[in-house]
Order: sequence, then structure tokens, then C-alpha cells
Amino acid sequence: MKKKRLCLVLAMLMLVSMLAACGGGETATGDTPAAEEGKVINIYVWNQEFQEKFNDCYPGVTGTSSDLSVTNLEDGTEVHWIINPNQDGVYQDKLDEALGKQSSAPADEKIDMFLVEADYALKYVDPDVGVAMPISQLGITEADIANQYDYTLEAVTGADGEIRALSYQATPGMLVYRRSIAKAVLGTDEPDAVAEAVADWDAFYETAEKVKAAGYVMYSSTADTYRVYSNNTSAPWVDGTAVVVDQNMMNWVARSKEDTDNGINNNVGGQWTDEWNKDMGPDSRVFCFFLPAWGLSTCIQPNVKDTAAAQDWAVCAAPQAFYWGGTWLVAAAGTDNPEHVKDIMLKMTADTDVLRTLAQEYGEMSNDQPLMDELAQSPEFGIDLLAGQNYLGVLSEGAANISLANVSPYDQGCVEEFQNAFGDYFREATTGVTFEKAKANFETAILERYPELTEVRWPE
Amino acid sequence: MQKKTFSLRSIVVHLVLTVLAFLCLFFFYILIINATRSHAQLQLGFSALPGSSFLTNLKNVLNDPSIPIARGILNSLLVSGSCAALVTYFSALTAYGIFAYSFKLKKAAFTFIMMILVMPTQVTAMGFLRLITNMGMDDSLLPLIIPSIASPAVFYFMLSYMQSSLSMSLVEAARIDGSNEFSTFNRIVLPIMKPAIAVQAIFTFVGSWNNYFIPALVITSKNKQTLPIMIATLRGSDYMNFDTGKIYMMITVAILPIIIIYLLLSKFIVDGIALGGVKE
Amino acid sequence: MQERKIRGISYTKWGYLFILPFFLTYFIFSAIPLIDTVRYSFFEYYRSGLKEIGPNFVGLKNYISLLSTDLPKYAWNTFIMWILGFVPQIVIALLLASWFTNARIRIRLKQFFKVVIYLPNLIMASAFAMLFFSLFSNSGPVNSILMNLGIVAEPIRFMESTLGARSLVALMNFLMWFGNTTIMLMAAIMGINPAIFEAAELDGCSHRQTFFKITLPQIKPLLTYTLITSLIGGLQMFDVPQILTNAQGSPDRTTMTLIMFLNNHLKSKNYGMAGALSVYLFVISAVLCFFVYKLNMGDDSRERKAAEKRAKKLAKKGGQG
Repeated sequence: MKKKRLCLVLAMLMLVSMLAACGGGETATGDTPAAEEGKVINIYVWNQEFQEKFNDCYPGVTGTSSDLSVTNLEDGTEVHWIINPNQDGVYQDKLDEALGKQSSAPADEKIDMFLVEADYALKYVDPDVGVAMPISQLGITEADIANQYDYTLEAVTGADGEIRALSYQATPGMLVYRRSIAKAVLGTDEPDAVAEAVADWDAFYETAEKVKAAGYVMYSSTADTYRVYSNNTSAPWVDGTAVVVDQNMMNWVARSKEDTDNGINNNVGGQWTDEWNKDMGPDSRVFCFFLPAWGLSTCIQPNVKDTAAAQDWAVCAAPQAFYWGGTWLVAAAGTDNPEHVKDIMLKMTADTDVLRTLAQEYGEMSNDQPLMDELAQSPEFGIDLLAGQNYLGVLSEGAANISLANVSPYDQGCVEEFQNAFGDYFREATTGVTFEKAKANFETAILERYPELTEVRWPE
Repeated sequence: MQKKTFSLRSIVVHLVLTVLAFLCLFFFYILIINATRSHAQLQLGFSALPGSSFLTNLKNVLNDPSIPIARGILNSLLVSGSCAALVTYFSALTAYGIFAYSFKLKKAAFTFIMMILVMPTQVTAMGFLRLITNMGMDDSLLPLIIPSIASPAVFYFMLSYMQSSLSMSLVEAARIDGSNEFSTFNRIVLPIMKPAIAVQAIFTFVGSWNNYFIPALVITSKNKQTLPIMIATLRGSDYMNFDTGKIYMMITVAILPIIIIYLLLSKFIVDGIALGGVKE
Repeated sequence: MQERKIRGISYTKWGYLFILPFFLTYFIFSAIPLIDTVRYSFFEYYRSGLKEIGPNFVGLKNYISLLSTDLPKYAWNTFIMWILGFVPQIVIALLLASWFTNARIRIRLKQFFKVVIYLPNLIMASAFAMLFFSLFSNSGPVNSILMNLGIVAEPIRFMESTLGARSLVALMNFLMWFGNTTIMLMAAIMGINPAIFEAAELDGCSHRQTFFKITLPQIKPLLTYTLITSLIGGLQMFDVPQILTNAQGSPDRTTMTLIMFLNNHLKSKNYGMAGALSVYLFVISAVLCFFVYKLNMGDDSRERKAAEKRAKKLAKKGGQG
């Protein structure tokens, strides 16, 4: 048994060294990299999404290892992908641990780049913690990124005014509605006319009453409207050590409770549930959803494929601009490959050809405003689900209107705990949770989550 | 009269067992059904009938180079198997040390183990990670295996089992025959403990097989990942590649080896092997 | 016992030798992190983003501020959900174990049933919760069956009512663990000398008598083990409610268990508070287990000896008769 294992180990060692030798062979043919650059680029990610796009689009990729954990570049540099699942916060735990050891790690084990999501991006781009390199230090100029949507830069600008992350995508949201219900209630399913009917919240609720009177339901879950409100607050969630609940969030609470009680929404507990999916299905009487571009293919499409509702959809601007999700690339402070990292960031987030490929091949809303405006005219983006409508025009407009001036590092916690605490209140009939109890529950949860916070201030 | 109560009882017994068995198997049925359905079909909600995507899902799982599933099964087998072996052997050894000998610190040792038995495991997770990193054992399978030598709960089970089923007279007899203490344990005590060992081996194996939290913290390299980490990676995949059917298939594939091993080991339980030792 | 003491001296070193690996491993891999945990409980020590705050010594402040939280509520939640699952679990497990090991009860497909009851434990808790969640969702099959049968007019919103959510957690715990307990008790019963049962049978003991007078006292150590480990398992209840309620303990934090509460602190990297909470948990568990242990084992040896004696007497009588 022991012998067998030894053989196995030896065989594997041989295989590895052979592979390494092959890799070495390619080096000779490639360009010679800048003298001080390391041989290994370590990138921390939580899934294969960016890795796939990188392997497809980044010029200079010559191949990958059989298990995809290494991507070879033509100059002989290896990109090592370190994947840790998001579940239970493992990704952030391990990233934090590795960042803590960054200064003492040998050159080939240093983190060169890592990815962050919108919800916790600010934790890493904070100038005080100093784990992210300002892009200006990498030599990326404003001119390089002039085409990117402002909000994607605003979101990751530190207190010192430096930008520390770049994104290849924009994730503005839109109102996705059923054409058949629009026709039945408003007499037309034209996006412009429907946009008029939901132009602001007053109009939205006027329409909602009509929808209800006709025996339909305006929207599915209170979680659907949440982001529209939370992206449009007047101040960040946290001021000093106090959580300051914005008036707009209380508007969402009041509105959601009223809507739930009056049957304006379908009282669905949350997104990603069976009921939420059913509400998108062919037999549903729900009028609209608030989704970004990816929601069309991931949420709606699977529920209506090959049914009567397969082309029963259209999109228009939501009552207020909002966004949902997004991934940024961050250059790790202390990287031994600044030139490579700079090049990867520029190619993947600011190269028009790459971004065009991302849009066309992956259905991505790429982070390039002129390109998106151009593609908004292209027939390629008129999709069947929307009966031929090109959604990029609506999105591009939405993206230009997003403001992220009020994001804070506490948003992820606040989003989750606020929705959870008040979700109980909306369903007071079954849960027995009153308004005051919900407020108390939110206070408990948020102070537990962030030990440095000391109080919660509610608007008058 | 006797006959009648017997049959009534028999009906009750079979009824209860059937209901319970139905509940137990039902979840496997849904799991397998879900593994045969595509992501789109799964989004439509529950169905009791199988879908048509069994092969597609299976192909997706087996051909995804980012989840080297064979490697994962191998790693999981290695970790769970070693754990089960270490846990049962050393717990029995420790329990025997406490059960059969009297020494000064015996009571203190027993009390100590009982105390640590009640310590929640989550408490030490972060400290554990720091410790093994400092020892240079991070990203290795060893820290998932070695600590299982000290399993207070299994120790306690073994001790309880010895108290109810192991007679010192057997040990005394062996001593008279001139058997060395260590070989007495291996040759005489261990065979008597077989039912207990089989039971705890299965439990430990299953627990270790499904363990996610600690392995996910310890393991970084792809070729050392165990199955639950791979499943979590799949579940965390982005919304564009998210495929519930594939996840269910992956769970099904991950369960198969453990079912086989359980069925093999369960013969010990089912056949009601060697009814302990002979008492007194 | 007496005899062992006399000879004990020469075997002492074996005792130490046999328990050495256990203690060595424990001290290296558990005690060091554990001591850290306890030490931090006296410090203000947490992470805010990537910044570390502390450790600053604060004495008992963490302990005191924990007392002002909803700690008793979470303890109550844990207890209620545990007892809801544990009572059926132990009753069913005892019943099944005695049926399976009783040679006088003929069970068709006995092997099959024995194997099947443990199966739910093979599924990962998170996968199991995924399945459970879709079964009991508002538009799930359970609700549609109830509605089709006309038992309810509107779907029951299981996950949104305190009773519903707690019952689901208890049901899941029951399903996952009753097989485990049954197998353990079966192992215990199989460890009993079959001569005792034979004797009882010859003597014409009824099932009930055999069960209460012989089986139960004989397996008392393992029954105590089951009780203590389930008690600890209950106190440490975590993954099922965590996954089923998406870590929220909803509704109204009524399914929030002690360990979920602890996990919240660990998640927010609040090592000080988590340490203090761990110490509290430890004290609670220790006290409970001490009582259970004393209650069950206190007069144990005497009772078991008596049972054995009874059995032997019966055996003798049986043999003569």
C-alpha cells in the first residue's frame, strides 16, 4: 500500500515537472517581461466567472492547465487562480488572512489581484487599511477610463479621492413588465407609454391601483422595490458610529406595508424563492419586476421558456434609477507584478474590443458608455424574450443616472438586516411583529453585526 | 388471545416502520428527481416526476474541469477514512485506559474529557486556523485528520459501551496467560468492541464526509479540495452560470460513495454481529 | 474492583500510556485555540473591515454587556426546538431499537428498515435544508396537497410563523438524527448478554416487562450517553436553523439558537464577545450535563447489579423449570 502511494506520488511529481518543462519551453518564444516582474500572478476569486472571461478575452493567453487552475501567458508568466467559495464568508476570510501576510509572503505567493463585489468593495478600497493600490499608482490615467460609467468609479473612490478598483461591467436595473397585462390595463404595451405610466412613484402607484382594479398584482415581493429605494437615499447608512436610517428607507417600509396589506404586491417572502419564480411564470398575474440585464436570462427566461409568455415581456426605465450587483478588479498593494496587473485591469475593463466581446458573447452590459450607446442601436440586442426590443438603450440611460455617492462599507449588513427585520413587520398577521418590534430587531441585529457601531438613529 | 395481540402489535410495528422508511427514502427520491431536471425545470417548482436532463447534468458535472470530482472523491475518502480509523482506535484506546486501570489522575482525566466534550466546536475555529498556519500545516489534509485522535464524544461512547459490555474477567484471563497489556487491548478488547467501533466508524465517516466549514478554511489548492468545498464553489457560481440541476447532480454524485460505504459497513449493524463479549 | 487495586500498581503506566495520544492531540490542536478564546473574552477585540481594534483589556465588560442582550430568549429558542425534536427522537429510537433487537417480533424486511432509517443522515445538512425548504415553501408540494385535500383554503406560511418555523427545524433534526440514535441504542442492546433475555423469555416476561426491567437498566450508560450527546448537540444546534432561515433566525429571531448568536459574533469578527459567549455556553452545558450525568449514573451500579441478579435468578429458575 505504502509502495503504491509512493509510486503515485513519484508519477505525479514527474508529470508536474514535465508540465513545468513544457511551460518553460514556451517562455523562450514569448516577449521578455520587465525585469523586476515576478513569474506568477496570483488572483483571488470566488468563482470561475472572471477566469472564463479572462481566458477568452485577454490577449496573450496561450493556454490553461488541465484543471484550469493556471492560465499561461505568452511571456511565460503564469496566472494562478485561487478560488474560495463565497458561502459562509470563506472567500473574505481567506482573502483577509492572505492580505495580512502579504508583506512577509515570498514574491510568487503574494496576492497580485483580487475581485470584490459591490456589497463589500468599500471594505477593501478604504485608504486606511491600505490593501488596495490606487490605480494612479499603477499608471492608469483618467483618459484610460474615460468611457467607463461614472458610478462604477464613484463606488470605489476612497476618502482620499483615489480610485482603487475597476469594473468591466455596469449593472443598472430596469422595470421588466408583461406586455399582456400592460395592454389589458393601460391599453398599450409600448415601452415609451409604459415608461410614462411608471415615470415616478406617484405615477407608479396610480398605475398600481389600475392594475389591481383589473384583477392583477403590480409587483411580487417587497424585496423587489428595496434596491430602488436604498440606491436613492440622501446620506450613507452610517455616520461616525451611528446607524442613520434614511427617510427614504422609512418610505420603503411604509409603502411596503401598505402594499402588502392592500394586495399591491403578491406578498412573496423574498427573491430567489419558488414563489418568486412562479410569479414570473406563464400563469402569474404579476405585472412587473425590477431587474438588471442579467435578470432577463437568469430569472425570467427559465420560467417562461416555451410557454405562451415566452415573448410577453418588455422593459422600460424604473421610477428611479438603481443598480444591482457588480464585480470590481483590485490591484493588491505589494504586488510584484504591477505592470501585468495594470495591463490586465486596462484590457479587461477599458479595452473596447474586449468589452465588445463581453457584451456580444456573454450578454454583459459592459462598462463602456459610447460602446453601449452604439450597441443600443444594434439589432443583435433585440431579444425574443422582449419581442425584439433592444434593452441596452434603457439600461444605458439608467446607468448614467446612478449615483453611488452614498454607499458605505456597512451596506451589505444594512441591506440584509433591514429587509429581514421589517419583512416580519410586513407579514404582521402571521409573525405578530409590530413596527416598534421590527425597529428593535433591526437595532439588535445591526449592532451585533458591527461591534464598532453604537446606536441607531431613526428619522423623525 | 396471545396470537391476536401479537398480530395487532405486528401491524403497528410495520405501520410505524413503513411511515418512517417512506420519510427517509422520500428525500433521496426528490434529490434524484431534482438531479434529472434542468435548471429551467427546477425553477418552475416541485415535481414528483423525473425530468429529462439526467445525462446533461451528469456530463456537466463530470466535464467541468474546475471541479475535479474524482480528485475530490479521493481526497474525501482519504480524509474520512483516516478520521474514522483514528477516531475509533484512539477513542477505544483512551476509553480502555480509563476503564481498565486505576491511576492517580484517572478521575481528573475523565472529568477533563467530559468538560471538553461540552465545548462547542465553532468556538475554536479561527484560533485553529491561525495555529495550523503558524505550524505550516495550512492547505494540507493532515490538520483535517490528526485532530480526530482526540474526540471526547466518541471516547465517552466507547467508555459507556465498555461499562455495559466488557468484562474485566476476560482481561484478567489474558493477563494470566502472560499477554502484554497493549496486545490484550488489540487482540481481546477490540474484537469485543466491534459493534461500537462499526457504529462510530460510520458516524465519523459520514460526519467527516459532509464537513464543510473547517476544510474550507484550511484547504486552498484545488487538488486538495474535498467534495463539500466543490459543492459550495458550484453554489457560489455566478448568476450566469448558475445551474441548480448541476448542483443537485453534484450532491447526488457526492452521496453515492458514502451510500456504498454505508451499505458495506451497515452489515455489521444489520446482522447484529457478535453480541458483544461474554459478560461475567 | 478490589482485586484490580491490589494489582493496579504495576499496570499504572499503561493507563497513562493509553490516554497519552488523546491528551497530546487535544492540547496541540484544541487547547491552544481554546485558551486564546477564553483570554479574548476579557478584551475588547474585533475587526472593523480589515482594521483590527484592540485587544484592549476590559475585564468583565463583555460578560456584562451580553447579559443585556436577548441571550435568555435564544437559550429558550434552542431549548424549545431541541425538545420538540428530541422527545420523538428518543421515543422512536428506543421503540425501534427494542423492536429490531427483539427476536420474538417478526418484522418483514427488517434488514431493509434497519438500513433505511439512517439514510437521511448521509445527506449534507445544507442539501437537506435545500430540499426541505422547497417542500414547505408557500407554493410547495406540501401546501398544494393540503389545499387540494381541502384541509386549508390558503397556503400555510410555514416559514413565517414562529410555530411553523420551529416545528420544521425540529422535524428536520428528528429526521436526521433518529436513525443515528436507534443504531446507537441497538449497539447497546446487542451488548447485553443474550442469556439474560433468554432467561427472561423462559420465565414468561412480557415484552413490556423485559423492556423496562432488563433492557433499560442494562443500557443505562449508553442511554445517558445519548441523553448527554443530544443535549450537547441540542445546545450546539446550528446548521439546520441557520440554513433553513438563511442565518436570520426568522421570524422575529424566534429560531435564533445560541450558536447562531455566537456565529453572528464570529462572523463580525468580534473575538471578545464571542469568547465571553463561549464561556457562558460552556458553563451552561457543563451544568446541564453534570445534572444529567448525576441523575442517571448516581445509583447506577447498584441498580444494574440488581437487574443482573434478577436476570440470573430468572435464568436459574428458567433452567430448572
